[in-house]
Amino acid sequence: MAAPARNHVWVGTETGVLKGIDLVKKQASNYTEISSLDRSQEVNAMCFGDPQESEVLLGCRDGTVRVFNTEKSKFTELHECRGGEGVFRGLGVLDNALVTCVESGLLKVWKEGSNENLEVQVGPGVEKMRLCDAQRHKVGTGGKENQLKIWDLQRPEEPVFRAKNVRNDWLDLRVPEWIRDLGFIPESDKVVTCTSYHQVRIYDPCSPQRRPVLEVLFDEDPLTALSITPDGRSVVVGNSHGNMGVIDLRKGRLLCVLKGSAGSVRSIQCHSSMPVVASCGLDRFMRLHSLTDKKLLHKVYLKSRLNCLLLTSRDKWEEEELTPVMADEVKEEEEDEVWKKMETVADKSSSKKRKEAQKPDVVDATTRNTSKKKKKAV
Amino acid sequence: MAAGKNSESGGEKKGKKRKSRTPEGNHEPDGSGEQPGGTGEQQPAAAFPPAFSVSEIKNKQRRHFMFMKLKMEKRKEKLALKKKRKKEREALGDKAPPKAVPKTIENQRVYDETTVDPADEEVAYDAATDEFAPYFNRQTTPKILITTSDRPRGRSVRFTEQLSSIIPNSHVYYRRGLALKKIIPQCVARDFTDLIVINEDRKVPNGLVLSHLPDGPTAHFKMSNTRLRKEIKRKGKEPTEHKPEVILNNFTTRLGHSIGRMFASLYPHDPHFIGRQVATFHNQRDYIFFRYHRYIFKNEKKVGIQELGPRFTLKLRSLQKGTFDSKYGEYEWIHKRHQMDTNRRKFHL
Repeated sequence: MAAPARNHVWVGTETGVLKGIDLVKKQASNYTEISSLDRSQEVNAMCFGDPQESEVLLGCRDGTVRVFNTEKSKFTELHECRGGEGVFRGLGVLDNALVTCVESGLLKVWKEGSNENLEVQVGPGVEKMRLCDAQRHKVGTGGKENQLKIWDLQRPEEPVFRAKNVRNDWLDLRVPEWIRDLGFIPESDKVVTCTSYHQVRIYDPCSPQRRPVLEVLFDEDPLTALSITPDGRSVVVGNSHGNMGVIDLRKGRLLCVLKGSAGSVRSIQCHSSMPVVASCGLDRFMRLHSLTDKKLLHKVYLKSRLNCLLLTSRDKWEEEELTPVMADEVKEEEEDEVWKKMETVADKSSSKKRKEAQKPDVVDATTRNTSKKKKKAV
Repeated sequence: MAAGKNSESGGEKKGKKRKSRTPEGNHEPDGSGEQPGGTGEQQPAAAFPPAFSVSEIKNKQRRHFMFMKLKMEKRKEKLALKKKRKKEREALGDKAPPKAVPKTIENQRVYDETTVDPADEEVAYDAATDEFAPYFNRQTTPKILITTSDRPRGRSVRFTEQLSSIIPNSHVYYRRGLALKKIIPQCVARDFTDLIVINEDRKVPNGLVLSHLPDGPTAHFKMSNTRLRKEIKRKGKEPTEHKPEVILNNFTTRLGHSIGRMFASLYPHDPHFIGRQVATFHNQRDYIFFRYHRYIFKNEKKVGIQELGPRFTLKLRSLQKGTFDSKYGEYEWIHKRHQMDTNRRKFHL
């Protein structure tokens, strides 16, 4: 166990086990002692400690944050992050400080070595708190009867953006709110949320409109998790009946449905560059789908109900087994050479090629005919 | 089987090489005796024109006639083969090879990776701390509320009564148009541990919701083939109030394990063996058959059983985490027909 754990997927379970899955070797291993299990260690939130993914942080039910070091493959630190009521609804890292948010709406920034922790009240019934990947001090929160708010942790007095509920319905009744998950669209200020009332909504803090700029309905059951695809053009959502769909963010169309889950989806994460998406949920399976052809690539049974999941941002999974830390520069140079060697292709030649490509078929057919004739003659 | 093979190969080569084959057959006493008979049976089949097809006959009457004839022939052949095999087996006596096990979709079952291994610590821990743990640790005793859908008709009412007679400490309540979500907090306040709701469609019970209290899970079953006590032939006398024994059969996967625990927690611990009553939940091909029997040991070897009824069949539709909340509840497992029932040899329980 002392060897560095280079797993592709980390999964936190309801029984408090941290599991790592190596998708190339097709191995799943537990990193928590079975004998020391306790339901109070149920993992409610997870995040990577640093961009190199050498640490995995687990927010447990008992109000502690455990730090798992992947290089040493063991738990190294334990932070007491009690405060507020309820379980962790979000966990993040901001310049060596921990950001936690609990159900009752207390968002705290725990700086190491100082007693003065930043506290922000984000309103009761929080279901999700998420840090923006691009601007780390930007935080989004939302929950049951708690509209989307975006906070700047450098100026925590007032939210940067406070969403407004949609207009009353045709009976002039207030539309209930229940945000279950949210995500920041990369390279823009927009935020996507999904709700228990099966809506996917996009908010644009830049526009003067505080109401959602786009609303899409997916299926008929509460949406529980969401993740934005690496190109930022679509979002993968999962619901409590185990249906997952990919929704286009520009027109709000349903692109495809990812099949396979039998139970509620608890967590979804897209890879940062490859077109794959990992999901886990109450049916005790971790699944990896391809986004290009919506096929199920991997399906791993993990024995406990799974709460949250982290997918590594490393790419080229097969190669890294052979060359663990080989420099990327070499590859780039090689690629450049390849590009230089390549001749520029004009349109005409390509059309010729196409013709040529068609010809062999014809030849084949003729040869086949002749062969048949020969057979007949024989 | 060795003798049978010899005879077939002899039949193919039709006599020419029979002489060379016979010495081989002589090693076994009956092999040579069988051979001529074997070839004799093979010949008519071989003489049949190969390209002939009954469906090519244009005249309908004639075609029908020929088809019936063909069918008869096939049947005769099959019977003859069967007879022959039986003869061979008898001739071989003790040396006969063991009979082949018939292929069924159950023994050809696709391997399920969630099959529970009793030595697995993690699953054991998961099971030991789940919602049924208080029952299995003997901290709670089952107390069950049985109710129906709103305005039940005759059969459902009688069914609930009979159900309550075979589940100790169960109480039948009239639904009174109450919502399940309103009933559940009241049940929890009155220390009920389970809630059973019988749904009906056109006077036929067709659904069963089984909810464990106070915090789930909730299972939804399709119910079919309900037989009340009156409709069962050769039934015994009314069941007594003794605590019955419970038999749970074939709940092997992780999901089946949870469902099995759910059924087990309906009945109290420490059955009264003096009552000689058994409740059986038998899972076969994902259908759960419920039977209620009284048994008697006639002597050391023989056991007599007598069905007491009622009987019904259940099929799991969904398992939901938490108490009944069909709209905002999270499902642990839902039966999705078009995605899951693609293979007849795949079972979930």
